[in-house]
Amino acid sequence: MTLLLEATVADRGVDVALEVAAGETVALLGPNGAGKSTVLAVAAGLLQPDTGTVRLDDHELTGRRVVPPHARRTALLAQDPLLFPHLTALDNVAFGPRSAGVRRRAARDRARRWLSEVGAADLAGRRPGELSGGQAQRVAVARALAAEPRLLLLDEPMAALDVAVTPALRQTLRRVLEGRTTVVVTHDVLDALLLADRVVVLDRGRVVEQGPAAEVLARPRSPFAARIAGLNLVAGRWSGGAVRSDAGRAVAGTPSGPALREGDPAVAVFRPRAVSVFRDAPGGSPRTALAVVVTHLEPHGDQVRVRAGDLAADVTAHAAAELDLAPGTPVTFSVKATEVDVYAR
Amino acid sequence: MTPGVPRWLLAPAALGAAFVLLPLVAIVVRVPWGDFGELVTSEASREALLLSLRTSATSTVLCVLLGVPMAAVLARTSFPGRAVVRSLVLLPLVLPPVVGGLALLYTFGRRGLLGETLEVLGVQVAFSTAAVVLAQTFVALPFLVLSLEGSLRTAGERYELVAATLGARPTTVFRRVTLPLVLPGLLSGAVLAFARALGEFGATVTFAGSLEGVTRTMPTQIYLLRETDADGAVALSLLLVVVAVLVIGLATRGRAADRGLA
Repeated sequence: MTLLLEATVADRGVDVALEVAAGETVALLGPNGAGKSTVLAVAAGLLQPDTGTVRLDDHELTGRRVVPPHARRTALLAQDPLLFPHLTALDNVAFGPRSAGVRRRAARDRARRWLSEVGAADLAGRRPGELSGGQAQRVAVARALAAEPRLLLLDEPMAALDVAVTPALRQTLRRVLEGRTTVVVTHDVLDALLLADRVVVLDRGRVVEQGPAAEVLARPRSPFAARIAGLNLVAGRWSGGAVRSDAGRAVAGTPSGPALREGDPAVAVFRPRAVSVFRDAPGGSPRTALAVVVTHLEPHGDQVRVRAGDLAADVTAHAAAELDLAPGTPVTFSVKATEVDVYAR
Repeated sequence: MTPGVPRWLLAPAALGAAFVLLPLVAIVVRVPWGDFGELVTSEASREALLLSLRTSATSTVLCVLLGVPMAAVLARTSFPGRAVVRSLVLLPLVLPPVVGGLALLYTFGRRGLLGETLEVLGVQVAFSTAAVVLAQTFVALPFLVLSLEGSLRTAGERYELVAATLGARPTTVFRRVTLPLVLPGLLSGAVLAFARALGEFGATVTFAGSLEGVTRTMPTQIYLLRETDADGAVALSLLLVVVAVLVIGLATRGRAADRGLA
């Protein structure tokens, strides 16, 4: 099934065009309030867009006759599993088939198959109240799949789970999403890399970047994609061997890819471990020096990640102590031009 | 550990409890135990009790049939003037029952709004057992609607939305998701409605009168006996208290059992 979605929702400031090919999994990334959940709600029919169309293959879901949610066959799985508390796990999974008119026994047989598909066969007789968060989410995945949706919508399916159970569920999702048309909203770089064929980055209701997951995360063009990929990004225009931002920052770097001309929109991208931190600006070197103020410090592997607004630097714990870093400390982030990748925005 | 309450709350709380319980004690003390059996099994008493139970049960069923859709519409839809409709529908809650009775009389009585139409159809409502049921339903309905609407709002729409995306039509969602989720609220609403119907007096007397065996329910019987046979009135009062306590006890036990399953 191919999803074609073009929608504007004025009061949420959303204006999005999204295409998902048959059997493709697209990860929808973006900061909070970017409109990700709004896009899912429009696809599921839970929210009417002000203008736009939603098509699944040849089925027009909006327009003159709006197809109601129950007739769309777009199962939605949210952060919260929302299993019906009065039904057993088995009957929760059988709910979709039952609603489609399948007889009770056949529906339960189908439900059992889906429960074992997600590794939850032994939970069939349990009530939702007797399940852990991870178990409940597995059952919810089975329930969504048992409804045989043409389009599967996942809204941060693992955000509410204990980190100890997410890897196993991610593996399960990776297996069952294979070949299904799926949109998954996530904040997690692993979800994007392991589950998605393609990522679409939303910001303030617009698509700001899209492409194959590995490519977008390796060469991000939007601040959000850079952040979840763990990279520093300065956006601006290419001028005199550096990317100059509107805020007056200049980052010297090495252009790659199609040649840049003076004034072209470009981004400078560099890894936090390529950044050195100084209390005083170092003079006379081919380095970029950015005057920043430390906003917070956090352990990062055997290093300390020094954050200063949207930029980050990794230093050793020893160096952090020697520099006497604390939130509020003015420092200079310095990075060699050879460590900075520059490409068109 | 529970957080508890400030100590000074205990005295007024105890005072309130005493205020509610003392009159019950007074009735129990005043009951002529020697003649109790005889008093409550007299022909008139038996008829009044059976009539009360029958009419209250019928009006509870009516309350459920009308109140569930009303609560669902109030809790799940929005239309202009919804707030006004809601407060008007809940009016019987604050209306003096005797005023309700008058209003019913001017609606279903012979000269009433619908009375003539009904008379043409050969139906006479006022001063019949049907009038008792209507009066009880009128005063009890808001209790069920209010209780159920609260449950519906607390339950929220999230489960219903999920059910819809799983392919369930609105009727299936209502039957298999909405109703089971608010069942405890529906049960307690029905119990409240039943209790209110059982105690209904003012509207019943005004609209249905006090015909022995036809419209004379327990409260009316007690009120009438009070002047001629005080002992009988006290005995019947106690009986009504016991019935009410039994109903509430059974309903809460039923709910507890239901929760145990869930």
